[in-house]
Amino acid sequence: MKKIFLIICREYLTRVKKRSFIIMTILGPLLMAAVFIVPIYLATVSNESKTVAVLDESGFFYEKFKDSENIKFHYLVSDLNAAKQSFAKSDDYALLFIPKTEVSLPENAIIYAKSQVNIMVKSYIKDVMSRQLEELKLEAKIRDIQPSTSGKITMDDILRSIKTNVDISTIKIGSNGKEEKSYPEVSMVLGIFSGILIYFFIFLFGSQVMRGVIEEKTSRIIELIISSVKPFQLMMGKIIGVGLVGLTQFLLWVILTFGLVTIVTSSFSTRFKSKAPTEQFMTGQNQIIYADKPVSTPNPEKNNKDNVNEVLDAINTIDFPVMLSSFLFFFLFGYLLYAALFAAIGSAVDSEADTQQFMLPITIPLIFSFVMAQYIMQEPQGPMAFWFSIIPLTSPVIMMVRIPFGVPYLQVVLSMVLLLLGFLGTTWIAAKIYRTGILMYGKKVNYKELWKWIRYKN
Amino acid sequence: MELFTAFNVSKSYAAHKALDKVNITVPEQSIFGLLGPNGAGKTTFIRIVNRIIAPDEGEILFNGKKMGDEEVEKIGYLPEERGLYKKMKVGEQALYLAQLKGMTHHDATRKLQYWFDKFELKGWWNRKVEELSKGMQQKVQFILTIIHNPKLLIFDEPFSGFDPINVNLLKEEILTLRDNGATIIFSTHNMASVEELCDHIALINKSKKILDGNVKAIKKTYRMNTFEVNFTGFEEDLRTFLPSSFNVILQKKEDDGSIAKIQLPGNMTTNDLLREIIPHVTVKSLNEIIPSMNDIFIRAVTEQNPITPDLSTIQP
Repeated sequence: MKKIFLIICREYLTRVKKRSFIIMTILGPLLMAAVFIVPIYLATVSNESKTVAVLDESGFFYEKFKDSENIKFHYLVSDLNAAKQSFAKSDDYALLFIPKTEVSLPENAIIYAKSQVNIMVKSYIKDVMSRQLEELKLEAKIRDIQPSTSGKITMDDILRSIKTNVDISTIKIGSNGKEEKSYPEVSMVLGIFSGILIYFFIFLFGSQVMRGVIEEKTSRIIELIISSVKPFQLMMGKIIGVGLVGLTQFLLWVILTFGLVTIVTSSFSTRFKSKAPTEQFMTGQNQIIYADKPVSTPNPEKNNKDNVNEVLDAINTIDFPVMLSSFLFFFLFGYLLYAALFAAIGSAVDSEADTQQFMLPITIPLIFSFVMAQYIMQEPQGPMAFWFSIIPLTSPVIMMVRIPFGVPYLQVVLSMVLLLLGFLGTTWIAAKIYRTGILMYGKKVNYKELWKWIRYKN
Repeated sequence: MELFTAFNVSKSYAAHKALDKVNITVPEQSIFGLLGPNGAGKTTFIRIVNRIIAPDEGEILFNGKKMGDEEVEKIGYLPEERGLYKKMKVGEQALYLAQLKGMTHHDATRKLQYWFDKFELKGWWNRKVEELSKGMQQKVQFILTIIHNPKLLIFDEPFSGFDPINVNLLKEEILTLRDNGATIIFSTHNMASVEELCDHIALINKSKKILDGNVKAIKKTYRMNTFEVNFTGFEEDLRTFLPSSFNVILQKKEDDGSIAKIQLPGNMTTNDLLREIIPHVTVKSLNEIIPSMNDIFIRAVTEQNPITPDLSTIQP
């Protein structure tokens, strides 16, 4: 145990002290912070005015969408097909369709647009709709409260009963009139982002493990070391050490990115000092005040800063603790599963040039899951998404793509258990190849040979 | 008292038998030469001793106990294919490898400083290994082999890559280590160093042990009853007067006389030879030709017959 610790320390320290590690650690957060900050910045500087046609069949939202600096609304009275046709011909940016509902309040809407719908526009519409609906619900609730029962109704009950989750789907209308569904941006960005991050992490640090093994082989230090420690200890020490390097890098990235984003957004916030109306509402203690005060309806002059807040709000809708903890799990175990295989390859060859033929079976599932990610996003609950997020070789990437869209816990747990078993399995096989491979020199190894090594007794 | 015994050790790889029921006993505080042509199975044997690979059958006893992880820490191993991490600093690396051998950080630092001083490597502690010359790297590796005071030292071709001065330095260190109680296994093709250093040898050929024992005893067994005579006063062929059972291998004239190599029949001694030649020549000197390890090696390998000298009759 003491020896494996020594190995981990060496692997960790030699890499963390490298110049490339330090450069990556600084560059990473700058890039990631840009991902968050640029849309916010663009939202504040964009002053192109967009016109949205509103077709409100429910009748609840007439004249509720107020024009702002960037978004103008006009209201249509026609049926959907006619509206779509005239929209295709008009210069309007988007067509908002709120269907008629029979019993409940309308909580669904569809935005038709010619291009990808701007997140600001969508957030603004969503915001107005949910406030309007919450107001309606609150009015109804207050009407329902009888003086005799009022003592039993708590603030929490009211807040819970009026909580509204407006679902807006967006449909892109092509120039040929073809309709195409598009997807929730924030979940999408986050899903694909974490999927890609895991993909790169596995590749980057997995091949570091491989190169480390090759280095030990070509420098011929390997025999010296395995006369003191068991090959398995050396392999695991290396894998864990490099994994900790990756984890350190990732955590530094998160902390630095968070720091950067906080600094930059707080400078935005001070420029547009205000509190989001919803926040005021949720933190309020006295329902009476809010009942007779028009709570929502953002004023036009507040729109700019609302846009900023909306992006942040959209990001805040993601369950970050779940996201982060599952990310760490799939990040680590995905890495461990592949790193063992990378180590096995490194042990079987004499130089990096010989790795090609063995890299293929490892890179195929990785690249496959990377390519699949965008299809999975379109149908995050489909059977393909389900299976690829369960199978250990693809699950680290695919499950992370799915998680921001919400995945049943049972599936997540199943996927985690299988990934854990997969990790044990690949490590077991890799250790057998490694043990034999590190002592083999000058021999062109093929798959038949590897299979023989796996079957050696000890 | 033997430090180390291998019983019936066999190991095979897929189609190839690397070791076939090899028995080797290494006496304590001796220098033991493990000889054999390339590919005979020496390295496999050494790896089994180091527990780098496990034998298919047979067992290894160390100090009377079955070889375990604890015993491995009492071995110092200098592999034939040896190297160091090129990008790592020399001192840092030496500390790391010494600690992997079970030394504490404190002990390792202290002893490394002593040896670095002794081998004139002091100024290189904070340099990267790739800046060192090959000879210096070899010195570092040698230090790392002996740093933890092992009871058993295994050197696989230790002198390759050293200049003659450093070879001498190393030989002295090896002899000192032996005198201080260490047992040394020495695998090499360099027969001159075997003659010089080894007390005992084992010869492995084609995965079988074909010869082992005390070096002097082996040499005696391999005597051919051949003598070198240095004489004057006769310039013709000695065969003209010698009995036909005397085999004159060589006769040549030199500045101050002639030299002849004569092999006697098994039952004859130097007295018989002298009796035959004294009437004809003036004998200046007469020596028995003792076969060199090189001759023995070649003979044993080419003959392919396992020969074990009878140690009960011949004592060094």
